[in-house]
Amino acid sequence: MPNNKDQVYGDHISQRFNNELLELKTRFLEMGGLVEAQIGNAVQALTTNDSVLAEEVRAGDRGVDQMEIDIDEEAILIIARRQPAARDLRLVIAVIKMVADLERVGDEAKKIAKLALKLETEGQTSWGSVEIRHIGSHVQTMLHDSLDAFARLDPEQALTVMKEDKRVDEEYQAAARTLLTHMMEDARNISRCMSIMLVLRALERVGDHACNIAENVIFMVKGADVRHSSLEEAERVVGR
Amino acid sequence: MNTMSPSIPAEADMRGKGAAVPVPEHKRKNTLMEDKPEDTVIEEGNTVGKPFTDNPKFKLRNVDVSYGADRAIKNISLDIGRNEVIAFIGPSGCGKSTFLRCLNRMNDSIEICRVKGSLELDGQNIYDSKRDVVELRARVGMVFQKPNPFPKSIYDNVAYGPRIHGLANRKSELDDIVENSLRKAGLWNEAKDRLDAMATGMSGGQQQRLCIARAIAVSPEVILMDEPCSALDPIATARVEELIAEMSESYTIVIVTHSMQQAARVSNRTAYFHMGHLVEVNETDTVFTSPQHPLTESYITGRFG
Repeated sequence: MPNNKDQVYGDHISQRFNNELLELKTRFLEMGGLVEAQIGNAVQALTTNDSVLAEEVRAGDRGVDQMEIDIDEEAILIIARRQPAARDLRLVIAVIKMVADLERVGDEAKKIAKLALKLETEGQTSWGSVEIRHIGSHVQTMLHDSLDAFARLDPEQALTVMKEDKRVDEEYQAAARTLLTHMMEDARNISRCMSIMLVLRALERVGDHACNIAENVIFMVKGADVRHSSLEEAERVVGR
Repeated sequence: MNTMSPSIPAEADMRGKGAAVPVPEHKRKNTLMEDKPEDTVIEEGNTVGKPFTDNPKFKLRNVDVSYGADRAIKNISLDIGRNEVIAFIGPSGCGKSTFLRCLNRMNDSIEICRVKGSLELDGQNIYDSKRDVVELRARVGMVFQKPNPFPKSIYDNVAYGPRIHGLANRKSELDDIVENSLRKAGLWNEAKDRLDAMATGMSGGQQQRLCIARAIAVSPEVILMDEPCSALDPIATARVEELIAEMSESYTIVIVTHSMQQAARVSNRTAYFHMGHLVEVNETDTVFTSPQHPLTESYITGRFG
């Protein structure tokens, strides 16, 4: 039974309460899947100059926003109806917070799609595309792993996401330095470099949101708040 | 060692180490989320959390209560602090009311009831054979589940205790005690014009507040409440809870409740009882957000009980 993760929230006396919590989890993961696809498509649209795909991403953000509203409503109803406590309360509160993070990731995807359309009209150069691909796939992995950690209630996986965030920050700094060099070489590069910088910044933010989700997973499972604490502190919480 | 229920093995106790029973290594990762009540074993006298406080009002050690051959309380040790509100929660038959009734010897009248262990109020043995039980109950008052006013006037209900304890020398003093008690119980405005009316004619919520007024009329130090709101509507309940919050400034309050939300709202500390064991005692805020023991968690989240 401990292996069946649904049992963690599915063993109340009230079967309807079980269903409500499972539904909340499922809906959140659905939203996570949608947001993952949005980011993946946005990066692909940018790196392949695919304006059709970029438009699709822009339009797709509406769906993300609607899911945020629906999931929040569901969470509020659970609180009103069930007065959840302990792990159930932590699940509901964490979902409310993580939904906000997912919605922001959706916004970043939309931002990247817009920049992809802008960069496409400005013509091709290879600058930054390596960095965008690299950081892009890095933060997509983080996002995927944070959602996976949620689905499997795995605080150790959440911890690895938190650790990755440091590395993404470093990669972002390095890429920014490279772009700065291009801008200093020739002022005509500035407009294009700024757009690429904004894309990188958006991707870096996705990593931050994945990190927030990971922190909430640790809160859900361990009952301890690891936001604004050191990695060592988070490690201690997860290890106990 | 006692088995919690037929499904719970009574082998080695693992509490304090994450409360896991031996499970295969690959299943062992996140003990907090994976523990099931069925997997939990409990050892007598092994309470998680913080059962002890500095300078307690009640110091209770290794308390054992049996009704004939049945052990209702199994080796419980607990401190109850001064001016704190402590809530006793747990499923029916877990021993919380029995334990509460030990605190002012309400169990004395039950022939087959035996209380063992050390129970001290301000350092004095509650069960000392020379102790005056009437005096003890004046210091440790009690409010019951069902409002039980005497079939007398409102005034006489409140004045009853002060009269038998000789707390008032003159009628005017007694009048003051009655008024003060009714005020503290939040009943003065409703009762002041009908002090001579029969108490039994009041509404349930008013009767319960009258019982609280009656309890505080003899200036107790501790008030024991055994599900004081279970027969009241939500508004009367809110009034009584408000009263508990106000009274906690001057009294130590021990409340047994089946309403988890009530325990969460009114108490500073919460004690979770299970099958005669005291499983967990912690700050109420901790118990309702991150309880330490899987049994506590299962109970407060509605997984059994």
